[in-house]
Amino acid sequence: MAFIPHTREDVESMLAAIGVAGIEQLFDEIPASLRLGGLAGVPEAASEMEIGRLMAERARLDGRPLCFIGAGAYEHHIPAAVWAIATRGEFYSAYTPYQAEASQGTLQLLYEYQTMMASLTGLEVSNASLYDGASAMGEACLMAVRANRRSRSQRILVPTTVHPHYRATARAVAGNQGLLFEELPYCTEEGCIPAGALDRYDGQDVTALVIQQPNFFGRLEDVDALCDWAHARNILVVAVVNPTSLALLKPPGQWGSKGADIAVGEGQPLGVPLSSGGPYFGFMTARMEHVRQMPGRIVGRTVDAGGRAGFTLTLQAREQHIRRAKATSNICTNQGLLVTAATIYLSLMGPAGLERVAAAAHARTRELVSALTRVPGVRRLFRGPVFHEEAVALDRPAAPVLEKLAARGILGGLDLTGHYPELGGALLVCATETKTTADIERYASALAECLREARAA
Amino acid sequence: MSTRLEKPIFEYSVPGRGAEDQWPRDPGPAASDDLPAASRRSGRPLLPEVSELETVRHFTRLSQLNFSIDTHFYPLGSCTMKYNPKACNSLAMLPEFLARHPLAPESSGQGFLACMYELQEMLKAVTGMQAVALSPMAGAQGEFAGVAMIRAYHRARGDLERNEIIVPEAAHGTNPATATMCGCVVREVPVNAAGDVDLEALKAAVGPKTAGIMLTNPSTLGVFERRIEAVARTVHEAGGLLYYDGANLNAILGKVRPGDMGFDVIHVNLHKTFSTPHGGGGPGAGPVGVSARLAPFLPVPLLARRGERYGWLTERDLPQSIGRLSGFMGNAGVLLRAYVYMRMLGREGMAKVSEYATLNANYLLAQLKRAGFDAAYPDRRASHELIVTLKRQAKELGVTAMDFAKRLLDHGMHAPTTYFPLLVPECLLIEPTETESKAALDAFVAAMAEILAEAAKEPERVTSAPHTMPVRRLDDVRAAKQLDLTWKPPAAHAIPTTS
Repeated sequence: MAFIPHTREDVESMLAAIGVAGIEQLFDEIPASLRLGGLAGVPEAASEMEIGRLMAERARLDGRPLCFIGAGAYEHHIPAAVWAIATRGEFYSAYTPYQAEASQGTLQLLYEYQTMMASLTGLEVSNASLYDGASAMGEACLMAVRANRRSRSQRILVPTTVHPHYRATARAVAGNQGLLFEELPYCTEEGCIPAGALDRYDGQDVTALVIQQPNFFGRLEDVDALCDWAHARNILVVAVVNPTSLALLKPPGQWGSKGADIAVGEGQPLGVPLSSGGPYFGFMTARMEHVRQMPGRIVGRTVDAGGRAGFTLTLQAREQHIRRAKATSNICTNQGLLVTAATIYLSLMGPAGLERVAAAAHARTRELVSALTRVPGVRRLFRGPVFHEEAVALDRPAAPVLEKLAARGILGGLDLTGHYPELGGALLVCATETKTTADIERYASALAECLREARAA
Repeated sequence: MSTRLEKPIFEYSVPGRGAEDQWPRDPGPAASDDLPAASRRSGRPLLPEVSELETVRHFTRLSQLNFSIDTHFYPLGSCTMKYNPKACNSLAMLPEFLARHPLAPESSGQGFLACMYELQEMLKAVTGMQAVALSPMAGAQGEFAGVAMIRAYHRARGDLERNEIIVPEAAHGTNPATATMCGCVVREVPVNAAGDVDLEALKAAVGPKTAGIMLTNPSTLGVFERRIEAVARTVHEAGGLLYYDGANLNAILGKVRPGDMGFDVIHVNLHKTFSTPHGGGGPGAGPVGVSARLAPFLPVPLLARRGERYGWLTERDLPQSIGRLSGFMGNAGVLLRAYVYMRMLGREGMAKVSEYATLNANYLLAQLKRAGFDAAYPDRRASHELIVTLKRQAKELGVTAMDFAKRLLDHGMHAPTTYFPLLVPECLLIEPTETESKAALDAFVAAMAEILAEAAKEPERVTSAPHTMPVRRLDDVRAAKQLDLTWKPPAAHAIPTTS
């Protein structure tokens, strides 16, 4: 099935119009020595009915375990309207709005999205999205190097409380341009950047400081003090934030006395399904003074030839299709469809609904952690408040316990041992508004059972 | 398409309104009494307070202000705007696939991973490469992965001087931008009058500093690079590697493979050749394929089969990897859509895609020539796309490629790509794709002919187009000079609100 509409008569008349005997003749500029015989590695065509059945079987095989993993991707309720509208052909099958007059729908939606994200993060300007949160952090570090003209070092301080995958992605995305990433250790009692951790950088040339809030462990950093420390030393601040949390927590634009310079994060919590890791979208907002250093598409409001308001892509002189080797980034496509979903989601939630989602997730996580820490052999790992995930310590290695839980249909959290071997048996757990008290009790009693079994063995 | 403009959603907002049925129950202030006051938000964000129906209407109306493949002929060159089969979307959105957490154990994802593994195998088969990584999230990120691997390869051999990436002058803007992102220096080589890379200039450009060359074949000029074997030999003999930009893979699918042409690394735009949606500007997916010598450098995580099980390889398994390009595994949902599409095409369908895409492009070329248009490369076969140059019309009639593009919108057709490639003056890059019927192509030719006739009789009608869109031509200069990037309450706006 190749979705080709041609009848035999069509083909014949088209070939006659071209003046060739057959379709094959159209490929006569390709050297014969290169022509392919067959495609043994590709199976025979499947009809929609057949592939539908196969996919349903595979989906069933994977099932739907009860999931308490967060760590950068969060299960939230997604109103049915979000994807019913986002998958309308007019959004789903359009492209980048190069022809503004025939793309006002997408353009206006992006403008509304930019407005919402700028306000949510407390900054002035938003781009129309990047690939995901992790790569957005890499782009933000590159942008900070361009924007911080008082720094020559390209040194970026990244605390180890930043998501390990984000740190790895930033190194891969930005490392080739000579950026130097230096990691700051965390406080093992509090799971945060310790006060005074930055003192040893006094008087040195540093380009930017990355702060994740809430951090990878779900803990709250002292963002005001960190931000002020950085700004006092002409260091730009890149905030990595969870958009849901911003309904409750202070937005990056208000951190310290001046606010963060650039904010990025993973947009997935805003109406995008978990879907094994993507497609998600990265958001990026900044102070207006840095707008020309931003990567990615930006939509502006302007007027048409008749003086009426309309929307268009703007500041394109930053971009690869104009600036080529001198562009702010090589990014071309962004994550338009996911932004469409997020804009619809944010409209349905509104300020009060998003606040409820954040508060409910926070409440559920507190409930979860208190249920789990009542289980013998489980304790809180760090002291101090969290947003909607927390690290808990087990009295034994986490991996075998997680396997036992998975066999019971429960994904009990992320084993922290891989990224933080010094923590011993530790789990990062998360509960959002999607979890009920019954779900939490089910997890706690299964965990108690698994630990009992492990002790007995 | 509607021509009725829609006011910004913020102007529907009424304090206290909202889609409350979608919200979780209020846990009350005590539920967050542990959060310190200093870390809390004061003042609500500017999000609209609207009902569910108002939201649905607003965004449905916005959708109706768009052209799309589902509603209009969309011959945007280099973008492969073919039909996106509905089954690809609905099967990728099965509830179990949507609910799967990216960090869920491999044991609870064998069904999903089987699809991913088979997708890798099919991509290897159609590209002729030895190994494939699925994680790059767009074509440009695939390019980045490819050039980063080329760089890592040279470095691993202690060949530290190689930092030049050669690109033909007609290359996509992402090519030089990618080379810069990878810390390389760009060297452009010219193409000759027939549209092939100038081999002599290439020979002069390569040397001990050459890291590699980035090529699209068929090129962005809509013609097949006939001397690709000589290009490959030249670059390889100089110690460089060849990068294939998969933007135009639709033209040669099942006919010739980049691996057989001598390329060492390739990215595939799944949103082009394998028909995943363009989504108003993404998401895409840009898996990379490599020859054996680049396999150790592939990005992680990388999917592998161990016995009967599928699982991810990480930095520990691939110590020379260029690293991680995304928070998780890339655009899984896009990959699922491409998997479904490729399974539906099957072995037989692959070649049909390129055959009918090429037939459609050559037919358009022949008919446009008959209608009085100039082909940029009149003596060449078109690949899956073709270039018309309106240089003559611009000079004689004062009507530009942009004017034609805008007037086409009035005929209910999306414009082709304009002013790219940069070296063809007043060009339209037209890519009909295989899923368009002869009738759709004939209608396009008729529209072009009509615009040409109009340009002779009533040029201002063309130069002031479009006339039937929701807005007329937009003032891009003003947009860039008087930046208005976020909505503010009406009083703060210089432009009167539309309604």
